[in-house]
Amino acid sequence: MTPHFGLPEFGFLLRGLQWTVLLTLVAFAGGCTAGLAVALLRTCGHRGVEWITRIYIGIFQGTPLLLQLFVVYYGLALTGLKLDAFVAVAIGFTVNASAFLGEIWRGAIQAVPRGQTEAAMALGLHYSSRMRDIVLPQAIRISLPATIGYLVQLIKGTSLAAIVGFIELARAGQIVSNQTFQPLLVFGVVGAMYFILCWPLSWWGSRMEARLALASQR
Amino acid sequence: MGYTLDFSVVWQAMPALLWGCVGTLGLALAGMTLAMIIGVAGVAARDSKAAWLRALVIGFVEVVRNTPFLVQIFFLFFALPLIGLKLNPTATAIIALGVNGGAYAIEIIRGGVQSVHKGQVEAGYALGLHKGQVFRFIVLKPALRAIYPSLTGQFIMLTLTSSICSAVSAYELTSVAQRIESDTFRSFEVYFSVTFLYLAISWLLMLGFAVISHRFFSYPTR
Repeated sequence: MTPHFGLPEFGFLLRGLQWTVLLTLVAFAGGCTAGLAVALLRTCGHRGVEWITRIYIGIFQGTPLLLQLFVVYYGLALTGLKLDAFVAVAIGFTVNASAFLGEIWRGAIQAVPRGQTEAAMALGLHYSSRMRDIVLPQAIRISLPATIGYLVQLIKGTSLAAIVGFIELARAGQIVSNQTFQPLLVFGVVGAMYFILCWPLSWWGSRMEARLALASQR
Repeated sequence: MGYTLDFSVVWQAMPALLWGCVGTLGLALAGMTLAMIIGVAGVAARDSKAAWLRALVIGFVEVVRNTPFLVQIFFLFFALPLIGLKLNPTATAIIALGVNGGAYAIEIIRGGVQSVHKGQVEAGYALGLHKGQVFRFIVLKPALRAIYPSLTGQFIMLTLTSSICSAVSAYELTSVAQRIESDTFRSFEVYFSVTFLYLAISWLLMLGFAVISHRFFSYPTR
């Protein structure tokens, strides 16, 4: 006797949703930290370092997220460390986020007018103060729409953890679908859950983009 | 732990992997073609007089852009047979890629059409060009040039996304890799190498697109 899609199944999907949110938050926090380092290295002015970070970013932009996950997942297994599936996929998404956020913020740092840096230098501010107090606050503002856009990408991307077997929302959907034989209903609900998570962020991002575009016209 | 990396299995499987690359490119090309058709039709419908049609297109774009491709392809995998389309996994994957890419194409093409200034069309007529010439030289070419970078970027994105089609076992590079992995148990070696095959594909595509752009679109803007 096969169970129908009811409250227990819905509850199972909700627990999957929790893992999706948690995975996104961990990867985003880790990606922000590492991404800032990537962005700073990418704009540090040292040619060799800039090239290396450029290649690092290029590799992540030029390969499928799914394969990056596979490589990190099986690569970590080879090191002999016994890692929880959550930790392994979280590391995979963090590395991916560091490259994408690094590239977004690289663009934002370079979009801050050069005169700002020159004025800060003329005032005798050293690199860390110049970045922290002058360039980064402006760069963050410029980069916000793209950063939010990447966050939406990340939420959707975490569904690929399902393929390596970690039970988040998409995998929970597969399991419930196999149990109930109601794939359309189940994946419809799963899709709706992702939509509720992503759509407000997308809307916020595009509104902010419109406002920034308006501000730069003045 | 006595694990030693052994890439010889990858080398032996190279012909199959290269055929997988061909499969991936074919999947992406077919998906992109469908995406362009949906894109052009969507732009026309997006600016139609019927409010329900406009709402439908906006809704379609938002739903596709705010849900994961994996969920979309699973949904279509089960939904298409219900409307009478009993397709093999690869054809299902093409439709899923086309639908997904179509939503992005609508936004891109719409931007391109809007980028052509109305005054330029009028200037074209004032110079004595006839309708076909105005469309070809004043609307189509500049619009194509304006959307070319986003459109080719979208094509590369679609090529990378097609790896997810392995989840419904469509014929492409990642599913070939999965088969080799389950035969040899050399997970890391296989996926590591295949990642660089994808990198080669996207770099070759970028190079090709840059050459085309240089050949057709390098004339001064002003």
